[in-house]
Amino acid sequence: MADKKERLFVKGNEAIAMGALAAGCKCFFGYPITPQNDIPEFMSKAMVEAGGEFVQAESEVAAANMLLGAGACGIRAMTSSSSPGMSLKQEAISYMAGSEVPAVIVNMNRGGPGLGDIGPSQGDYFQSTRGGGHGDYRLLVLAPSSAQEAYDMTFDAFDLAFASRNPVLILGDAIIGQMKEPITPREPKKVDPNEGADWRLIGAPVKGKGKRAHRVIKSLFLMDGELAGQNMKLQAKYDAWKKMVDFETFQVKDAELVVVAFGSIGRIAKNAVRSLRAKGKKVGLFRPKTLYPFPEKQLEKLAKEGKRFLTIEHNLGQMVEDVRLSVRKYGDSDLFCVYPGNMPSPDDFEAPILKALGRK
Amino acid sequence: MTKAKTAPKAAPKAAAKTAVKAAKAAPAVKSVDASGDELVFTRPEAMVDRATHYCPGCHHGIAHRLVAELLDEMELTDKTIAASSIGCSVFLYNYIKADTVESPHGRAPAVATGIKRARPDKFVFTYQGDGDLASIGMAEIMHAANRGERITVVFVNNTVYGMTGGQMAPTTLIGQRTTTCPGGRCKDREGAPIRMAEIIAQLGGVAFCARGSLDSVKNIRQAKKYMRKAFEAQTTGQGFGFIELLAGCPTNWRMTPVAANKRITDEMIPYFPLGVYKDLEADGTCGSMIAPGAAGGEAGGK
Amino acid sequence: MSRITVSEERCKGCLLCTLVCPVTIIRQSERINQHGYKVAEVPADDMAKCTGCASCATICPDVAIEVWRGKKAKKAA
Repeated sequence: MADKKERLFVKGNEAIAMGALAAGCKCFFGYPITPQNDIPEFMSKAMVEAGGEFVQAESEVAAANMLLGAGACGIRAMTSSSSPGMSLKQEAISYMAGSEVPAVIVNMNRGGPGLGDIGPSQGDYFQSTRGGGHGDYRLLVLAPSSAQEAYDMTFDAFDLAFASRNPVLILGDAIIGQMKEPITPREPKKVDPNEGADWRLIGAPVKGKGKRAHRVIKSLFLMDGELAGQNMKLQAKYDAWKKMVDFETFQVKDAELVVVAFGSIGRIAKNAVRSLRAKGKKVGLFRPKTLYPFPEKQLEKLAKEGKRFLTIEHNLGQMVEDVRLSVRKYGDSDLFCVYPGNMPSPDDFEAPILKALGRK
Repeated sequence: MTKAKTAPKAAPKAAAKTAVKAAKAAPAVKSVDASGDELVFTRPEAMVDRATHYCPGCHHGIAHRLVAELLDEMELTDKTIAASSIGCSVFLYNYIKADTVESPHGRAPAVATGIKRARPDKFVFTYQGDGDLASIGMAEIMHAANRGERITVVFVNNTVYGMTGGQMAPTTLIGQRTTTCPGGRCKDREGAPIRMAEIIAQLGGVAFCARGSLDSVKNIRQAKKYMRKAFEAQTTGQGFGFIELLAGCPTNWRMTPVAANKRITDEMIPYFPLGVYKDLEADGTCGSMIAPGAAGGEAGGK
Repeated sequence: MSRITVSEERCKGCLLCTLVCPVTIIRQSERINQHGYKVAEVPADDMAKCTGCASCATICPDVAIEVWRGKKAKKAA
């Protein structure tokens, strides 16, 4: 991968696995579920070749808890799944957030609720951005819209996870995971062997030279006021993430209507916007790349400029709540929903965009 | 990363044996007073000097002490990472001086798997109760054992959910009254108590599996020998080590500590026979059972 | 001389030690510690009978007992 001109033609799932590998991921804990199976399949070979560990766990529950164990040791580790499996992982994710264990988790979103279907969906937006498990916590959530972004975001996710001692979630979908397109890989990361040295568990020298007290990674805080202190510390961390918001804008400057969409739908919407621009329509695109933190200030600024909004998402209206909260002082957002089981094309979005544009 | 599983077997095993002998000959803490009397029993170094939150007569304190004594004797403390569990023993880390991750209910074997895979050179153990291990954590314990994870599991069986107030556990004996089987556990309705040591011994990756008891001095000393073997299963790279400990919960059994110990002797041991259920090292014992003094300890005998 | 010391702060009065003493010199005292437990004790007159066997300490769930073994006892053992 040293040759910078090298291009690889891969599925989004494979790009995620490659990004993790290049980022120095040393442990992968997986469990089969469609449409993310390419990730564990790739890792089962790649981890061994990289001198790391691959475990096909007995369940998503176990896989996520293995991630907790490896992360607590300060090792770069990852798990991947899809929606029904993500429900099972929430237990360990809540513990990891509560006990500040860094980890990277991938959700290739499929249709739900229940067993749903195996097609693309953005139905896990709430689960991803509101914590997902029990308790008062957040994950850093990144939403790629291409194989390249899937690669890059996964590569960066490990640094972000360790810098903030928090699980980072990559939220893709069946479109991103299964679509094959070229990517340019990065130089493999040289991971600092002392990463996490001030908190990771490596055995406590409780006597003799270099003596230190044993360390505990925990989320149980029973003493009076202790949990409040911990949760406020976590909230301060989440607040600090706000400067890390990332998003793409396209033709927004003079737009009367801004389409807000993320991930695969954001990419499809971009083509619809491009096509409408060619027809002289004043529309633009705003695509959040970080779903948490959500780019609320940036959207608020656009609202203040008098722009109107249309949220398009592959569910029955989830991100639209964040858009409405962001722009509430100055306006509102229309909503166009892509139903489960559908693979939308840019043409599908032109009519709803024109409708929203025409409505005053 | 080095692979613990491919570590040479003979040499470390011999080394471990020597270390054990040395430790037996000379206690970790040796102290002699002015009159030449020797301190032969005191708190192990790996145990924090503080009062436990356990009820009077609860055997967790004994189990904790055995773990700490072995960490001292086998010189493992500074390379140990523990996965604590949910239940009364959730505060393991308040008493054992080992780096510890607090695991969700039942998941300690999965967490320990993650730890061991991430740091194969460390000594990794879980400490779990019967609700945690034999009910909600059944999948995790079975598969970690079957994979032969190089970890050690200390399983404390007191036939009841202690921390939550004495509800029925998978190990609750037939007829035993709990807050959720107030009429006594009924086999037709709630099933028979699960015998974990017997189940774990059947799994491929297990190198050592035994059941001891904490009701008498003799049984405690035997339990420590089993626990040492369960630790050695890991330190010598043989495989998964499992030690079940029958323990008393006077509070939730609604008994005095003395009566609780007698219950272990009279009721628990006959249903949960003591002995080695699997020992890869001792040829011929795999899958068979040796039951040394299955019933009757000092406590019961008096 | 073999002897034991009972930490009265740590003793929870469970009395398991009284069951296992081969010379039955441990008993419950009338002293109540800060946690409200009646602690175990060996009457001063009986301490000489202690064999230093450490059975009491082995079964004590609270590591409240330390055991000293005298030279003679050690030989005898």
